[in-house]
Amino acid sequence: MSTIQDLPLEDVLAEKPAVVNDFQIMIATVNGSGSQTANTVLLRAMFRMGIPVSGKNIFPSNIQGLPTWYTIRLSKNGYTARLEDYHVLVAMNQQTAADDIANLAPGGACYYPEEWNLKHERDDIVYYPMPVKALTDASDVPANLSSYIANMVYVGVLATMLNIELSYIEGALDYHFNGKAKPVQMNMKVVQAAYDWAQDHLAKRDPYAVEPMNATEGRLLMDGNSAAALGAVFGGVTFAAWYPITPSTSLIDALREDLAKYRIDPETGKATFAVIQAEDEIGAIGMVVGAGWAGARAMTATSGPGISLMTEFAGLAYYAEVPAVIWDVQRMGPSTGLPTRTSQGDVLTCYLLGHGDTRHVVLLPGTINEIFEYGWRAFDLAERLQTLVFVLSDLDLGMNLWMSDPFEYPDAPMDRGKVLTAEDIERAGRFARYEDVDGDGIGYRTLPGIDHPLGAYFARGTGHNARAVYSERPDDWVENMARLRRKWETARTLVPKPVVDQVSGAEIGLIAFGSTDPCVVEARDQLSARGVMTSYLRLRALPLEDTTRRFIESHERVYVVENNTDGQMASILHMEYPDLAPRIHSIAYSDGLPLSPRWLTAAVLEQEGR
Amino acid sequence: MAANARVNEIGLSRNDYKGGVSTLCQGCGHNSIANQIIAVAYEMSLDPHQVIKLSGIGCSSKSPAYFLNRSHGFNGLHGRMPALATGATTVNRSLIAIGVSGDGDTGSIGLGQFKHMVRRNVPIVYIVENNGVYGLTKGQFSATADYGQELKYAGVNELPPIDICLEALAADASFVARSFAGDSKQVRELLKAAIAHRGTAVLDIISPCVTFNNHEDSTKSYAYGKAKEEPLHDITFIPFYEPIEIEDQEPGQVRAVKLYDGSHLMLKALDPTKHDPTDRMAAFRLLEEAREQQLFITGLIYVDENRATLPEISRLVDTPLVHLPPEKLRPPREVLDEINRRLTCCN
Ligand SMILES: Cc1ncc(C[n+]2csc(CCOP(=O)(O)OP(=O)(O)O)c2C)c(N)n1
Ligand code: SF4
Ligand SMILES: [Mg+2]
Repeated sequence: MSTIQDLPLEDVLAEKPAVVNDFQIMIATVNGSGSQTANTVLLRAMFRMGIPVSGKNIFPSNIQGLPTWYTIRLSKNGYTARLEDYHVLVAMNQQTAADDIANLAPGGACYYPEEWNLKHERDDIVYYPMPVKALTDASDVPANLSSYIANMVYVGVLATMLNIELSYIEGALDYHFNGKAKPVQMNMKVVQAAYDWAQDHLAKRDPYAVEPMNATEGRLLMDGNSAAALGAVFGGVTFAAWYPITPSTSLIDALREDLAKYRIDPETGKATFAVIQAEDEIGAIGMVVGAGWAGARAMTATSGPGISLMTEFAGLAYYAEVPAVIWDVQRMGPSTGLPTRTSQGDVLTCYLLGHGDTRHVVLLPGTINEIFEYGWRAFDLAERLQTLVFVLSDLDLGMNLWMSDPFEYPDAPMDRGKVLTAEDIERAGRFARYEDVDGDGIGYRTLPGIDHPLGAYFARGTGHNARAVYSERPDDWVENMARLRRKWETARTLVPKPVVDQVSGAEIGLIAFGSTDPCVVEARDQLSARGVMTSYLRLRALPLEDTTRRFIESHERVYVVENNTDGQMASILHMEYPDLAPRIHSIAYSDGLPLSPRWLTAAVLEQEGR
Repeated sequence: MAANARVNEIGLSRNDYKGGVSTLCQGCGHNSIANQIIAVAYEMSLDPHQVIKLSGIGCSSKSPAYFLNRSHGFNGLHGRMPALATGATTVNRSLIAIGVSGDGDTGSIGLGQFKHMVRRNVPIVYIVENNGVYGLTKGQFSATADYGQELKYAGVNELPPIDICLEALAADASFVARSFAGDSKQVRELLKAAIAHRGTAVLDIISPCVTFNNHEDSTKSYAYGKAKEEPLHDITFIPFYEPIEIEDQEPGQVRAVKLYDGSHLMLKALDPTKHDPTDRMAAFRLLEEAREQQLFITGLIYVDENRATLPEISRLVDTPLVHLPPEKLRPPREVLDEINRRLTCCN
C-alpha cells in the first residue's frame, strides 16, 4: 500500500482491481445546507442493498455555514469503525476542498461541482466534475429549496458511478419521508436527472463500486439516542426533565415523540407521562429526584457540563437513596470544549459524582441493542437498588447511525424494587426506612401518600439513623456507610456482566467499553493477522465484578482502550485491583473523533515492542 | 364539628399533626410558623398522609421536621427545593405540598428555581421564612436585608433588598401574600387560603431571627413588625362547606375572594380604598410604594384562581402518574414487534 503513493494513476489503477463494498465515502459540505437527507439516503440505499454500512457525521458547533463532513463506510466484512482513509470524496464545500482533496487516498475518486473550474492538481486520483448548478436550475423546485436539492445531484451521480440501482435510492427516500409521495418524487426527479447525466457523460476510471449482498437482512439502522428513548418508553418512564445540550438533546426529542405515540391513555386521550424542559441541569436533576422519591420512573439526559451541575443532587440522591436514571451522552471538554465531538471523558466523574464518599452504578452500552436494553433496564436497577443509575453513551453512539439487530422485548416484568404498602406496615407493625432487613444493604421504602400513620419518613442527605431520624452520632454515620457498602456489593451482582472473548494462548487482553467496540473488534483482526493474539473483555457496567478480575489474572498484560486522554477506566481498574495494577496498561487517546483501528493496532504493537 | 372536641373531622387530634422537638433558638420566628402550620392542618382536617413537606437548607428549612410527623418529608439542597417539588407534585398530583424556605434559600442561591417554579404554577404552598439574614451560617446579610442596615457580624448593608413578593409577582405568581410571624391569626388565615389555592401560593412571612437580626430598627424584627405592621385587610378564611352570604356584607368594606376549592377568603379592608387583590398592577404599585417608604404591608396581595397549574398544562391523566398500573406504562409486545418490522431491512 505504501508504495502506491509514488505511482502514476495508470499504474495505481492497473494494480488495483475493482474494490467492491469495502471502502469509505467522504462527503464534505456546509452545515445547514441540507445535506443530511442526501447522506442518510445514500447510506440507507446501500444498507438496503444488503451491504454492511456505518455513517458518521462530523459537524461543527454551528447552525449554518461552517464545514461539516459525513463519512459512509461500506464493509463487506461488517466492520463499522472509523477509517482514517477515504476513497471516494464528494467535495461540496469549496472552503475545505483543498484539504479534502489532499487527504483523499491515492487511486480515489473526487466528485465536485463543475462550476468551481477546479485545477486537477493530483495525478493519482480521478476527478469527476458534476453540473450541480445546471441540474439544480433545470429542476423545477422552488428557489428556497435549490441548495438543499443540489445535494441530490451527488446522490444521482454516485448511483451511476458506484452502481447503485435507483430503486434502492427511491426506497431509502420513501423511508426517510415516511412514505410521503410528494417529497420523494421531488427528490427523485433530481436524482434521476443526475443519474442520467452521469450515464451519458462520465466514464468510470476509479476502482470503487458496490454490489448487492445479503448481510443486512433483518437488521435495522438507528442512532443511539433514538434507541435510548425507545428503551425508556418500554421501561415505563413517567417523568423526564432536561435542559438542552448537544449531543443529548436528540434523546429527549425522540423520547417526546415516542411518548406522544405510545403513551397517551387511549381512554382519556391524556398523557401518562410528563416531560419538563427545566431552567438548567440543577433544576432538571432536582425534578427527577423529586419524582423518583415520589415513586415515578424518572430520567434526565445531558452531557458533561450538565453532569457537573448535577453533582450536588447526585450526592443527595445517593444518601437519601432515591432512584432515577441519568443519561450522559458524552462530548469533549468543559464549557464549549468541542461540543460536537465525541469522547469518553466522563467516566470517573460519573462514577464518583458527589461530595463525600459516593459511588454510582454506571451502565456502559456498546451497541444500539444494548442502548435500547439499558433504556428500560436502568429503571429496574435504579428502583431495585434505590439509587441513581448513570448510562454513559457518547456522541458517536448517540448521534450516528448504526446497524443493529431488532430490539428485544424486556424479558421480565418491571422490577419496582422494595416498596411497602400500608398493609405491609400494618402487618409488621413498624417501619424503619434504612434498616437492612434482608442483609443486601437495601432498605424498604414507602411512597408519599401511603395511608398509614407509620408510613412516612423524612428523606435527607444529612446524617440519619436506620429510622431516617436526623443523627450526628459517629456510629450512625459509620453504620450507614457500611450498609451502603453492602448495597454496592449487591449492585455488583445485579449489573450487566462483561462480554468476554477469551482466546486460548493469548498473552494479552484488551479491555474496552462503549463506542470503542467496533475499533477494538477490527484492531484485533489486524493484530492477529500480524501474529498477535488477543483476548477481549468489553465492560458493560460499573461496579466491576469478578469476571474482570479473572480476565486480568489470566493475561500477562492487559490494555485498557478508551477515548479520553487520562485513561480514566484504567485508573478505576487500578483502584479496584491494586494487586493486579502492574498488568493493567492504559491505551487512551482523544482528539474528538471515534478511535480508529489502525491507530489502536499501532498502539498495541508499540507497547508490545513489536 | 365532631362531638369530641379533641379530634377533627377525620378523627385526628392536634397531636397527630405535631412534629419532632424544635432545635431552633427559643423565640425564633420560624417556630411560631411551624406551630401555625400544625394548627391549620388540624383545623382544616388535612390528611397528613397526603401532605409532603419540602425544604431547602437553613434554619427555616429545618422546620419541616417540627410539624406533621405523619407526612413524608424531603430536606433537599440549598435553594433547590422548587425542583424537588416540581418533580414530586407532577408525578403525584393528589399530594398537598408544603414547602419551607428561607430568604437566603429563596432570595439568593435559589432565586432562579423559585421564579421558574412560580412561573410554572407548581401546586405548592411555598413559605419563605424571611429574617433578612443567614441564620444557619451565623448572621451574614441575606438579599432581603434592609438597605443601610447594620449588623454586628456583617457590617453595613449597602445594597437594596430583594422583595420576594415583587419577584413572585413579576414571575406571574397566582397567589402572593405577606405576613408576620408574630401575627398568628393572620398567618393562619393566609395559610388556609394558600392551602386551598391550587397553584403556587407564595407566602412571604417576616420571621425574626432573635439571635442575629432582632434590632428594633430592622424591618425583620419583632419590635418593628409589631409597631409597623400595616395589614391590608382583616382576614377570615371560610371553608367551602360553611354557607356564606357575601352579598350581605357592607359593600366596599368587605371583599370575598373565592378560592379554587369553593372556600372563601373574606377580606375586610381596613381602609376601603386600599387594595383589590385581583388587580395585578395595583399589587405592583402597592409593593413598590411600601418598599420606598419601608412600610410593612401584610395580607393577601394578589390572587388569580384561574391560572392553569403545571399538571394541568401537562395534560396529565387524572390518576397520579405514580399510581398507574404497569400495563399503562409499558406498551405491549405487539407495539415493539411493529416498530421492529418498520425499522428492519428491508421492508
Ligand atoms: C450549596 C450550599 N452553599 C452554602 C451552604 C451553607 N448554608 C447553609 S444555610 C445557608 C443560609 C441560610 O439562610 P436562609 O435561607 O435565610 O435561612 P435561615 O437560616 O436564615 O432561616 C447557607 C449559606 C449550603 N448548605 N449549601
Ligand atoms: S439563628 Fe436565627 S433563624 Fe436560626 S434558629 Fe436561631 S433565631 Fe432562628
Ligand atoms: Mg434567613
